Amino acid sequence: MSDILNTVPGMPSADSLERSEVKPENHRSEFDVEINGTVGKPFVDNAKMSSRNCNVFYGDKQAIFDVDLDIGNNEILAMIGPSGCGKSTYLRVLNRMNDTIPICRVEGEHTLDGEDIYGKKTDPVLLRARVGMVFQKPNPFPKSIYDNVAYGARLHGLASNRSELDDLVEASLIKAGLFKEVKDDLQKPGTGLSGGQQQRLCIARAIAVDPEVILMDEPTSALDPIATATIEELMDELKSKYTIAIVTHSMQQAARVSQRTAYFHLGKLVEVNETDKVFTNPEHQLTENYITGRFG
Amino acid sequence: MPTQTIIITLIALLIFSYFLGQKRSIAVSSINNGRRDLHSRPHYYGYMVAIWAGIPAVLILLLWTAFNNSIVTSLTISTLPESMQTQSKDSLGLVVNELRNLADSGQIADEADPIKREAASHYQRLQGISKLAKTVIVLVVALLGMIYAWRLINPELRARNVVEKVIRVAMILCACIAILSTVGIVFSVLFESIRFFEAVPPSDFLFGTKWSPQTSIRSDQVGSSGSFGAIPLFVGTLLISTIALVIAVPLGLMSAIYLSEYASKSVRAFAKPTLEILAGIPTVVYGFFAALTVAPFLRDLGESIGLSVASESALAAGLVMGIMIIPFVSSLSDDVISAVPQAMRDGSYGMGATKSETIRQVIIPAALPGIVGGILLAASRAIGETMIVVMAAGLSAKLTINPLEAVTTVTVQIVTLLTGDQEFDSPKTLAAFALGLGLFVITLLLNIVALHIIRKYREQYE
Repeated sequence: MSDILNTVPGMPSADSLERSEVKPENHRSEFDVEINGTVGKPFVDNAKMSSRNCNVFYGDKQAIFDVDLDIGNNEILAMIGPSGCGKSTYLRVLNRMNDTIPICRVEGEHTLDGEDIYGKKTDPVLLRARVGMVFQKPNPFPKSIYDNVAYGARLHGLASNRSELDDLVEASLIKAGLFKEVKDDLQKPGTGLSGGQQQRLCIARAIAVDPEVILMDEPTSALDPIATATIEELMDELKSKYTIAIVTHSMQQAARVSQRTAYFHLGKLVEVNETDKVFTNPEHQLTENYITGRFG
Repeated sequence: MPTQTIIITLIALLIFSYFLGQKRSIAVSSINNGRRDLHSRPHYYGYMVAIWAGIPAVLILLLWTAFNNSIVTSLTISTLPESMQTQSKDSLGLVVNELRNLADSGQIADEADPIKREAASHYQRLQGISKLAKTVIVLVVALLGMIYAWRLINPELRARNVVEKVIRVAMILCACIAILSTVGIVFSVLFESIRFFEAVPPSDFLFGTKWSPQTSIRSDQVGSSGSFGAIPLFVGTLLISTIALVIAVPLGLMSAIYLSEYASKSVRAFAKPTLEILAGIPTVVYGFFAALTVAPFLRDLGESIGLSVASESALAAGLVMGIMIIPFVSSLSDDVISAVPQAMRDGSYGMGATKSETIRQVIIPAALPGIVGGILLAASRAIGETMIVVMAAGLSAKLTINPLEAVTTVTVQIVTLLTGDQEFDSPKTLAAFALGLGLFVITLLLNIVALHIIRKYREQYE
């Protein structure tokens, strides 16, 4: 191990590695670069959501280490990093989806508009109405397209009568860029759509609840390039109204859609910067290795 | 050689031919680039040789065993004197039986009648020849088959395709046995029912409201006029099954939801098998539980609040039957609810739905086909249930939908019609088949409805 490290100039010595407290298993030698806090600019002035000292544990195993990060208002923040680096786990911290996993434990201060989202007063159900989520695999409910979009609105009582609900469904489908394709088939099952359409249906469903933040967990990884392009355009339009955090494996996608990019590595936040800077002039060696495709 | 020995020899021969074929295929192949140039793997050649050795021999063995006796018997009869051959069929049968016994007991010499003595020893001789011939022919055919297949083996021979075709035919035969048994049962019930409907008009059976299947031998006896109106029975069946389902569906569904969505792993590991034990209790045990515990309890309870409850009531039977079929609902529903993808739950939670909203609006609809399947399985179980009803609901065929009275069901009446010594040509016994046919049609309809529901919702469920 030390041989490999010594061949890389400017790397920390093997001694410092042995002193580092946590050594995740199954690591590869290229990853054994010490991460001393986050470089770049994790904090912004107009933060919509922010985390301080975020630590997440699955049982005894720690998945996220001391992450400090802000998500600015009406910006798209991309999270990149190799598989298992904790970016999806971090995303699920932000709307308390990790609460549904019994062995998962979240520490640290997390706020939405300055309110503590893990506070005693906060109901995760209400929080999730404000912080919506779109998943990696399109997961429309086994209901009609209309009912899929109307689902959240009905739960939260956002429409007082049928015509208001109709308008809301139509508006959400228009925003998600799906209305033209499905306007005659609103009563057909949502699972009958193509993969890209299903994902846009899921976005429409999330928008219909009128959230403030939308979390997207690899929303295009199951889609072809054309459907991906449609969804990326959609994100660009959505950022005027919503704050978006997106986890992606595609660095091109991160570069295309986001304003800031965060690079996660083995549960630590390595670098956060303006997207342009991350992809043209990364500060950290690990970030550079990753975006240049040397590993990951 | 007795048949068992032939079979054992044949099996040994098949094992031998398997190895022979395998060896032969390796011997005739050549090795190119480390691979044998055989079309199929060597063991397929082994199976092929075994098939050639086995199948014709087994077929001959079966046919021989099936027809041996009738051929030998007719040969024996043809040697009898003219006068004996022209006897009636029955007395000829007696003679043949006598000859067989003589031959099998080996006491031919004790027989006084020289003709019979002669015939019996002829019979014995023929059987001996037949046995020997069977042994020789079966084993020779097996050997010939083996040699033939062995000579066929060369690297181009498509042994795998041959073997796979034979196995496919074997599987088709297995499926046919199940299908033919069903068809056979249906037809036997159908033909007996047709005989019943010759005696009793179908309209009386289907629309009559009085069930009293008493027929008499002499026309001047009391109760000589049997009446076969099946409506009270079907109403009774429906009543008890409905009570059972009203109990079982909510209880089963709720426990399934608890087990799959709320229970911790340790509770689930303990509770699920315990619930399933309910299905393993013999129905007769449920029966005396119903008759000795539940029915008296209901009667006392009814008295205390001023209701008259019969000591054998539909309610008691239905309640206990409901408990009995809970596992059908809960276990199947639990399986399908657990099979709903986590992505569905995440999607719902991710939009700010509570757990109960998620269960009611996403998980139950997604699992509906399986839940309906479980309920229909429980329903057909309830409709077919006999023992509990015999013990707890009585035998009186009263046309009522009051669950506090005694009723009877179709299956119970079938049991009472067919137990004891019966003549199988009176309408009384034949009525059982008509009732069976009725039940069959009802369960068939239930299954069709179930399939329809499942198909309707399946396409929505990823």
